[in-house]
Amino acid sequence: MCFGHFWSSGAAVAVMAFLEGAVYAAGFICLLFIIRLYYIVKTGSSYKPGAKGPVAVLVVAGSGGHTTEILRLMESLSAGYTPRHYVIADTDRMSEEKICSFESSKQNSDSESQFSICRIPRSREVLQSWSSSVLSTLHALRFSLPLVFRLRPDVVLCNGPGTCVPLCVAALLLGILGMKKVLIVYVESICRVQTLSLTGKILYPISDYFFVQWSSLRDKYPKSIFLGRIV
Amino acid sequence: MKTVFVTVGTTSFDELIESITSPETVQALTARGYERLVLQVGRGSLVPAADSSPHVTLEAYRFKDSIAEDIEQADLVISHAGAGSCLESLGAGKSLLVVVNDKLMNNHQLEMARQLHMDSHLLYCTCSTLTETLRTMDLSVLQPFLPGQPKNFAHFLDKALGVQ
Repeated sequence: MCFGHFWSSGAAVAVMAFLEGAVYAAGFICLLFIIRLYYIVKTGSSYKPGAKGPVAVLVVAGSGGHTTEILRLMESLSAGYTPRHYVIADTDRMSEEKICSFESSKQNSDSESQFSICRIPRSREVLQSWSSSVLSTLHALRFSLPLVFRLRPDVVLCNGPGTCVPLCVAALLLGILGMKKVLIVYVESICRVQTLSLTGKILYPISDYFFVQWSSLRDKYPKSIFLGRIV
Repeated sequence: MKTVFVTVGTTSFDELIESITSPETVQALTARGYERLVLQVGRGSLVPAADSSPHVTLEAYRFKDSIAEDIEQADLVISHAGAGSCLESLGAGKSLLVVVNDKLMNNHQLEMARQLHMDSHLLYCTCSTLTETLRTMDLSVLQPFLPGQPKNFAHFLDKALGVQ
């Protein structure tokens, strides 16, 4: 019994030491993570993937108006942005049609048009509550990570549906881990005049290029880029 | 035939459909020379019958794949404050009267309609002031709405990313 007691207190000491070590290690990793995150976000604007050749784009199409806006932007981009991977929420049927008809009209103008459509779970339905949004966003992240790690785009282009958050987080992680710098280009929807959308607020600190379409927003968010209405 | 197209988008806005088909409003419309009324009523519970307003030609439907044609044929578009409907109508160069659903509070979509109103691109009222607005409105004060310039975005991005 005495021996048993001795053994258990010895084990307790060992467990404590292990836990202490684990906490230090976790703290150290967190610190590295934050330093990397800071570095990745700070150096984004000097990174020029276009100098090396075609720029692979991951385009986050949302639903309805978001898809219309993002396709207006895609329309203006040259053939230098190839291939184009569109991500849509799995509950969205309209967007797929719009994207296909847009891409087939583009195909006439540049011969080597390449695109794909990928589906992930929707991270937030309109009017969904905050707490369940967090859960479903985590769920969407499980699908976004492998997708972004597989496609390794140069740029993620998005304009506001909740689906962009997990995808941008995955893109950021690729950079933090030193696997590939992925630029995050965010264009706030033209609907937002005075306040950013929830997605915009989340992505403002981590995006490399953050566009707004009304001067009132530029005045409130100094990092944002304002070129007038662009959709 | 001078046509008014009313659209409520993907939602429902029974109050607007009710107001626009009320005898006083129809009278205000005919006084201005509008003879045809096309209503897109969405999920609303009210789908007025073709013969419900004797003084105008009336058509009503819930949804169409594209309302572009109805907008194109209209001389005046009366719309809910939805950004999509506003942009589509203004983009087609139509006179636009936005009717705000004041029962929907904190609807961020109102932001844009309000701003476009401040910039004189559209007229703005509520259901309770609709008839009065139709009687007194002056469409000539509206400023043309120039389309957005995605090319500016493309040029910026090309330069920023070093795309040739």
